[in-house]
Amino acid sequence: MKALRNFIDNVKPNFQEGGKFAKLRSTFGAFETFLFTPNETNKCGVHVRDAVDLKRTMIVVVLALVPALLFGMYNTGYQYFRMTGELSSVGFWQIFGKGLIAVLPIIVVSYVVGLAIEFASAQMRGHEVNEGFLVSGMLIPLVMPADVPLWIVAVATAFAVIFGKEVFGGTGMNIWNPALLARAFLFFAYPSKMSGETAWYYNYSKDIAVDGFSGATPLALANGGNYTDFCEAFFGLIPGSIGETSAVAILIGAAILLFTGIASWKTMISVFAGGIVMGWVFNQFGSADNAMAQLPWYNHLVYGGFCFGAVFMATDPVTSARTEGGKFIYGFLIGAMAIIIRVLNPGYPEGMMLAILLMNTFAPLIDYFFVQKNINRRLNRVKTKSI
Amino acid sequence: MSDVIKLKKGLDIRLQGKAETVFAQVALPELYAIKPTDFKGLVPKMVAKVGDKVQAGSVLFVDKQHPEVKFVSPVGGELVAVNRGDRRVILEVVVKADNSVAPIDFGKSELSKMSRQQVVDKLLESGAWTYFKQRPYNVVANPTAEPKAIFVSTFDSAPLAPDYDFIVSCNEEFFQKGIDALTKIAPVYVGTHNSGCSKAFSGAKCEKVTVFDGPHPAGCVGVQINHTNPINAGEKVFTIQPQEVIAIGKLFATGIHDFSRVVVLTGSEMKKRAYVRTILGANVSTMLDGNLKEGHVRIISGNVLTGTQVKADGFLGFYDSQITAIPEGDEYEFMGWAAPGFGKFSLSRTFFSWIARNKEYRLNANTHGELRAFVVSNEMEKVFPMDIYPEHLIKAIMAEDIDKMEQLGIYEVVEEDMALCEFVCTSKIAIQKTLRNGLSLMMKEVG
Repeated sequence: MKALRNFIDNVKPNFQEGGKFAKLRSTFGAFETFLFTPNETNKCGVHVRDAVDLKRTMIVVVLALVPALLFGMYNTGYQYFRMTGELSSVGFWQIFGKGLIAVLPIIVVSYVVGLAIEFASAQMRGHEVNEGFLVSGMLIPLVMPADVPLWIVAVATAFAVIFGKEVFGGTGMNIWNPALLARAFLFFAYPSKMSGETAWYYNYSKDIAVDGFSGATPLALANGGNYTDFCEAFFGLIPGSIGETSAVAILIGAAILLFTGIASWKTMISVFAGGIVMGWVFNQFGSADNAMAQLPWYNHLVYGGFCFGAVFMATDPVTSARTEGGKFIYGFLIGAMAIIIRVLNPGYPEGMMLAILLMNTFAPLIDYFFVQKNINRRLNRVKTKSI
Repeated sequence: MSDVIKLKKGLDIRLQGKAETVFAQVALPELYAIKPTDFKGLVPKMVAKVGDKVQAGSVLFVDKQHPEVKFVSPVGGELVAVNRGDRRVILEVVVKADNSVAPIDFGKSELSKMSRQQVVDKLLESGAWTYFKQRPYNVVANPTAEPKAIFVSTFDSAPLAPDYDFIVSCNEEFFQKGIDALTKIAPVYVGTHNSGCSKAFSGAKCEKVTVFDGPHPAGCVGVQINHTNPINAGEKVFTIQPQEVIAIGKLFATGIHDFSRVVVLTGSEMKKRAYVRTILGANVSTMLDGNLKEGHVRIISGNVLTGTQVKADGFLGFYDSQITAIPEGDEYEFMGWAAPGFGKFSLSRTFFSWIARNKEYRLNANTHGELRAFVVSNEMEKVFPMDIYPEHLIKAIMAEDIDKMEQLGIYEVVEEDMALCEFVCTSKIAIQKTLRNGLSLMMKEVG
């Protein structure tokens, strides 16, 4: 490692002020700090600091996404062979291999496009490259349908990074979750590629699909009164966006996030609580004609993107409420709102994405009330004293 | 029976290098210094000149805004240097000790017969007034201020901090005498802890003794104030440390301002870790000679959270009772963010060090990451046991929003209360410096 370090130290002057490549300072810095944690020491304030930094935090989140990713790859292959009717004749590795071929390009496109924009904008502003996109770059592929054209992934990623993040000032400053913004952008810009019965199948065409093949997702089926079995949906070999189908894989990720203390259990639990309560309310009081209202509340939790959103999207600290009390309300409303959209909006059965984006918008307002309460407590202290 | 307040939030950083509760013999140094930079916001005005002969208790400089606040020499001898920094700011006023010079006798006094003003005057005259820090802002107390209370925290919960129960052991009566003197100025609130607390502390005769139980920052006087008698807008309180109370007790009992201090030598890079008897503002060289381990070592006057970095021939800080030596850590680590991190201390469990719950760590001064915007939420709240939103307060300071700062409780905090917030901050934001900027702004705008 010494040789590598020496090499970096040798070329470093070129990238510093006055050097030949001073314009590429941010890019160089990003690679340098990727290879070596800096030798910087504390100059003011505390002399020792917690070992955790944003790089580590983001890496742990990516790690937590890996189970959902691996399962998503397998499921993509599985759904492909289900479509072609070859499921009984292929082995595990064939299925997984097919999924890998389908999913890997999406991931590569997402990272290449996103990081390129991140590097460029850091360069333009003379900032350091932030780590935020490490997670967004993984989240974006996981919320895409398997058959999504790569150019659409590129467009969506570019939109999310530029208009979701950079215009606000980069990581930590954004209002909406960039990955969800990418998904929402696609959903409204290219609806035919993003939903319907065929988007979930890699390389779908009528020619290779078996006769009478129906590719509807559990949510679409539920809309017509066909409820997918809870256990099947919980395990996740069902059509849906790449990473969202398996509650098992997502819950492994949730365990990692909660154990390491990165995600807030308050948000996560509240989202589920909101979903359960709202689902139950519709079960009890919903119209009997509305098949979605009659969908048992526990099925809501494992269908569609509910689990994925609750674990990975709602808990994004930047776009979520930042006060502890606020997280309960923020989470609860996401869960409740997602179910309301699912049940009451027949045009679009998946409500999680819109619910989270909506609550992202209102998170500062929720925080405002909690902060104001704190301020009032302080003012009251003076008042009670002067009486 | 005193009240017990249990604090759950906080963090005890498990550092290597705790000192044994024994005294080590260390020769007294030749040089002593009072550093005006130890007093926030102070503009010093020199009174003595280089070459002047001084006694212990002679005025070296005064506060330009309040000339009655005198900063005095801790030893008798000769003023040998006034070291200045950028823009001729005075950094150190150095006195060379001469043991033959007797200290100034300020005269014994019968406390019970003294008025408040007489006590204040005596403290000002002897230089002991500078032990009082005034909140809000944590500055040297204004002698015309009427504080609603004086707070003394009798334990330090910071990493490797001195054990005041041990330090007070031969000065118990002077501690009470000091408390009696403080009571003349304002009601005194004493904060103690409950394990093996000295009787001088738990049985102190004062307005109120409160027991605080919990991890650091339970020993921070600001946290104790917040939980017993919080500072509201327009109110002032004074704070003072146990050794300084003892010095005041001695001053009234004997007439001599005793500048002797017990200092603890700690830290993983300190060879002999023990308590030493020395004098306020002492040059640290005799304490460190041959006592530091090999390698690039950082010497801190104070603890690792709030202390000031000093050179190996630097001087002990005015309010410090601790010297800590830790590795500087100015080296690169290959792919450090990806390492399993068994030896890395973190509040989060992102490193595998969570497996060893009681392990003590040899932490260095590396930042372990680069400065970023706020991303992670609820990490500061976990280590900040006050009814204040730390992140919102810091953001208000960054935005220089004076109204918001006041509303969010800036009057109740000083740097040491929020030091742990800085420690845990994933984004490596300089919380203490930001807070000081905010406090300075408030001082200028609100007063």
